[in-house]
Amino acid sequence: MRLINRRPDRASRLILVILPFALLLFAYFMGSATRLTENPNDKLLPSAVQMTDAVKRMAFTEDQRSGGYLLWQDTASSLQRLAIGLGISALLGLCLGIASGILPLFGAPLSPLLTVLSMVPPLAILPILFIVFGLGELSKVMLIVIGITPILARDLEQRAREIPVELLIKAQTLGASTWTLILRVVLPQLLPRLLIALRLVLGSAWLFLIAAEAIASTDGLGYRIFLVRRYLAMDVILPYVVWITLLAWLMDWGLKALTRRAFPWYEGARG
Amino acid sequence: MSFISVKNVWQQYDDQVVLEGLNLSVNEGEFCTLVGASGCGKSTFLRLLLGQEVPSRGQIHLDGKPLAGEPDASRGVVFQRYSVFPHLSVLDNVALGLELPRSPLLGRLFGTAKREAREQAAALLSKVGLAHAQDKYPTQLSGGMQQRLAIAQALIMKPRVLLLDEPFGALDPGIRKDMHVLLLELWRETRLTVFMVTHDLSEGFNLGTRLLVFDKVRHDPHAPGAYGARITYDIPLNSDRRAARAAIDSLQTV
Repeated sequence: MRLINRRPDRASRLILVILPFALLLFAYFMGSATRLTENPNDKLLPSAVQMTDAVKRMAFTEDQRSGGYLLWQDTASSLQRLAIGLGISALLGLCLGIASGILPLFGAPLSPLLTVLSMVPPLAILPILFIVFGLGELSKVMLIVIGITPILARDLEQRAREIPVELLIKAQTLGASTWTLILRVVLPQLLPRLLIALRLVLGSAWLFLIAAEAIASTDGLGYRIFLVRRYLAMDVILPYVVWITLLAWLMDWGLKALTRRAFPWYEGARG
Repeated sequence: MSFISVKNVWQQYDDQVVLEGLNLSVNEGEFCTLVGASGCGKSTFLRLLLGQEVPSRGQIHLDGKPLAGEPDASRGVVFQRYSVFPHLSVLDNVALGLELPRSPLLGRLFGTAKREAREQAAALLSKVGLAHAQDKYPTQLSGGMQQRLAIAQALIMKPRVLLLDEPFGALDPGIRKDMHVLLLELWRETRLTVFMVTHDLSEGFNLGTRLLVFDKVRHDPHAPGAYGARITYDIPLNSDRRAARAAIDSLQTV
């Protein structure tokens, strides 16, 4: 049988899903054990016990200086920045995308502008953001907004253009004005697309967040990782990376579930 | 005075002439079927009537007034595909036509007004045979049911003109027969003027009270875009239905 026609059944699919993760963990702990037997003070590949200790210290022990629980504080401030940044970007991207995708008079100036703006590497203008907005929360949120808004806007512009012209004509014959047409026909059809686009830019949003926190911050997941790097504290860094990955995965999963639940008519959500 | 009059209408894209010197006058309540080879301008003519395009030359008058240059509620339309809104339930697809004109700010009604709109929509839906499917989404309907929905959606506006662009082109022959029956029934009940583009000649002959054939009369083999199509045949059909319609009209005007 050709390879292209061979499919795993339920049981073997489960094994195939677990296998790469298991191999990865196995390779890591083998390496870790080998290095630690050679040199018990080795910091590069900490053992499971060392990492558990670090997690206990960061997440379940009060910090002596600040009196808080560092992991949860870092998580709260990072997620807050991410949520504000994503929220503003989603709103802006939706408005820009609809305006330039549906209204030709707005699209003519906006579309080329968005194309050029989306080519500006956001990290390259991070110094400008620090100079203009200071080192506070605003510049970190702005980096996320500037980084992902053009991507969202361009995606939604494209999706708006893909709405069949027949539907726009039909709405007009049903008595819609430009405004009500956008409100009742275009917007509801683009909302599921917005959620999908958000899932795709989540990775970039985390990248910009951690970059901004690494450079100028006093808390946050990215700040912590870059702080403990000075002590080669891999036992803290690795659990933090796993935690960030888990958070990102949960957000992705949540957005997917939301798309399915909120827009049952949307076919793309079934994939 | 005719209801729709088309005077010397030309439609041209760059150096491609699609329609040339079109003259036509149509009375209210006529059922015109438009036939002709692919690419001979039937659909272009329909788009002109719809206001989706503006003729390069000439004028179209609707009820004595120049036709609005954009689609509006006076002319309903059913396309071959994409005629219904995928994000609205069957009921709301029809109720939308009642909501949009009455609520310029939000485009939706609330409370009693909404319930009334939905009741009115439900009544029309049962007339086109979709009473059982009110709460479904259009993607859950078959092709024939989607076109029934599209027709109901257009009729809720009580337009004076109904434009159909190959509405049954993608349907099975059996379903198509049912749709013909439905369409004629609705046409008899209202004073609708219908323009229907079709590829199916027998459909054109069976349904219409007037058959318009579009064809190019002049050809230049070196410049295929130099000449456009005209109406080459204008055939009155189904005299019984025309007579019935005329009789009803005369009774109403007395």
